[in-house]
Amino acid sequence: MSSLHIDKHEKRWITISIALLAAFAVLIGVAGFALGVQVPTLDQKIDPTKLDQDPVWSNPGVRELVPGKKYEVYLIAQTWQFVPREIVVPAGAKVTFYVTSRDIQHGFKVLNTDLNVQVIPGYVGKLSYTFDEPGEYKFICTEYCGLGHAAMFGVIKVVPPEEYGK
Amino acid sequence: MANEYTLTRAEKRFIGWHIFVAVAALAIGSFFGPMQAFNYAGWNFYPQLKKLHIAQSYYQGLTLHGVLNAVVWTTFFILGFLTFNMIYGLKRPLKYPKLNAFGFWMMVVGLLLAAFYILANQASVLYTFYPPMKAPWPFYLGLVLLVVGSWIEGYGFYFTLHQWKKDNPGVRTPFIAFASVATMVLWQLATLGVAIEALFMLLPWSAGLVKGIDIQLARTFFWWFGHPLVYFWLLPAYISWYGYLPRQAGGKLFSDTMARLAFWLFILLSVPVGFHHQFVDPGVAPGWKYIHALLTLSVVIPSLMTLFTVVASLEYAGRQRGGKGLMGWLAALPWDDPIVASQLLAGILFIFGGFGGIVNASYNTNLILHNTAWVPGHFHLTVSTAVTLTFMGISFWLVPYLTGRELCCRKAALVQVYLWFIGMAIFSQAMHSLGLLGAPRRTPLGEAPYIPPEWSGLLLRVGIGGIILLVAVYMYIWIMAHTAFFAKKAAKEVEIQVAEAMTDVQAVPEWLDAWKPWLVGAVALLVIAYTPVLIDLISGMMPVAGPNIKLW
Repeated sequence: MSSLHIDKHEKRWITISIALLAAFAVLIGVAGFALGVQVPTLDQKIDPTKLDQDPVWSNPGVRELVPGKKYEVYLIAQTWQFVPREIVVPAGAKVTFYVTSRDIQHGFKVLNTDLNVQVIPGYVGKLSYTFDEPGEYKFICTEYCGLGHAAMFGVIKVVPPEEYGK
Repeated sequence: MANEYTLTRAEKRFIGWHIFVAVAALAIGSFFGPMQAFNYAGWNFYPQLKKLHIAQSYYQGLTLHGVLNAVVWTTFFILGFLTFNMIYGLKRPLKYPKLNAFGFWMMVVGLLLAAFYILANQASVLYTFYPPMKAPWPFYLGLVLLVVGSWIEGYGFYFTLHQWKKDNPGVRTPFIAFASVATMVLWQLATLGVAIEALFMLLPWSAGLVKGIDIQLARTFFWWFGHPLVYFWLLPAYISWYGYLPRQAGGKLFSDTMARLAFWLFILLSVPVGFHHQFVDPGVAPGWKYIHALLTLSVVIPSLMTLFTVVASLEYAGRQRGGKGLMGWLAALPWDDPIVASQLLAGILFIFGGFGGIVNASYNTNLILHNTAWVPGHFHLTVSTAVTLTFMGISFWLVPYLTGRELCCRKAALVQVYLWFIGMAIFSQAMHSLGLLGAPRRTPLGEAPYIPPEWSGLLLRVGIGGIILLVAVYMYIWIMAHTAFFAKKAAKEVEIQVAEAMTDVQAVPEWLDAWKPWLVGAVALLVIAYTPVLIDLISGMMPVAGPNIKLW
């Protein structure tokens, strides 16, 4: 059996390539699993035709858990709108989003943040974010969902904590 | 110098049919790409297209563009090119030409069936056809026939290689034939996922035999297929870069051994990576997503090996041509030959496509760009430039070889490849930037109510890229039509420039010419990477029927 012949420059090139990619792997792993820059996870599965009978999903919107500190947002994507369209939360609070679809696939992406989830009917995606700066953050549908897709968006109003609820 | 082997008229015609279908699909599908770009720039022609009954909506146009360009142009061109490589590489006819013909015509029937429903605006579901958006069941049947037909052509290759090996014991398989079979093996592993999705989920559901299907599961089968699909596009371009380009540029292949090793690594690593398209899917656990991210980073290695070998081969060619110094060899390459220039330009933009691909695959960085304009920006560098521009370069010698006519308008061909490069560079750069700002993909941004004014400069650049590409693509169609049907008959057959390796091909280790260990490894990795997640999804299915109305 003849052995593998690799040119010495090529050997060096491959070694550098592997080292670089290994470094990338470590960096994204640390960012994800140690520093919490995380991808969305599954909250639960739910029949999209029964959202209206569910005590939580029949009334989507913002829930205050700890005033000024912890909030939950239940958001439904459907053709061709988000329910609710407007969300108000205070700056500096940890906001956990629960997102599902009533009909087909949609996308939920909040501009200028790393909030991004594929909205899949039957599945509730869970993702969190802390809005440090007050202001308006648009969220848009990023998955093709039919003729009205381009008009499907909403807005998160992040207000200074002292103005929240007034 | 005369060719060492000549294809029969029937073989040439058979390959020619593949290229004909591919170019015809490109001619139709490429009309809609620029229409989308124009919509971005604020020049929306879709109302007029609707009046003329050309397309009912932006999304029908987008479906046509995606299916015809990314699926039909690529698949048919690839099978035509690989058939040539098999016959010319092994210097023997296909073992069962009728089997391959059967596969080809099955693909054509599947294509016509799917195309009918798309053209009738009954299946404007884009080329990912995500459920529970529902097309009529014959549309999915058409896709199944297209895929199964391509498998059959692949089986024809396997039988042919098997016979050749029997007739040539101990001889290393010629690279272009080996790599063509490898491409079809990768395609076989990849398409199993989408075949399962179509046969066991989409078809019974759209035909009304089952009420609902689990959407997360369907997406998982789709992306089992969706990423190696891009390697199926890419590997034939690599075959040209390794197997032809060194000679076309005036040199030799730097390392036949490393070329083969790269192909094996692609077979091993390019399939178990699908979750990197599903980083933001709720139904797949983060740990598995991270594992697929690691596997995706591993598949960058054979691409970087390819970069080294191809550049080394080109450097040798440049120095043979009198290029001196650190970079002089690069300038000495035949940049004025459309066959070579197209591939060099394809390679340049592909470097940026590779950078972007690493960002896509990197787990949490994907949060910024999933489903944004960055993604089509990325794959217009890969499939639409690295692959398509290389295929154009191949067609500049292959079509004259098949038709016995001269390449019409050499200068126009040269201008065309540079225009394509410039148009794609402008278009793609703007799309990447828009994506970073959060612009969604698959959206007529010209009509979206949420566009901030600061995006307008980038949207305009997308449109400008579209104008250049519209000109370039129809120049190409025109060159192809003339070369195929009208150009002057050539005095002698086109010389086939298969690259010689610098080292003795028989020095390639035996294990690089043995299929079994690599196939076992690939299947094992696929099973490890998918089984736990599939078991989890299948055991907790949440079937969804979806709305029973047409949404487009």
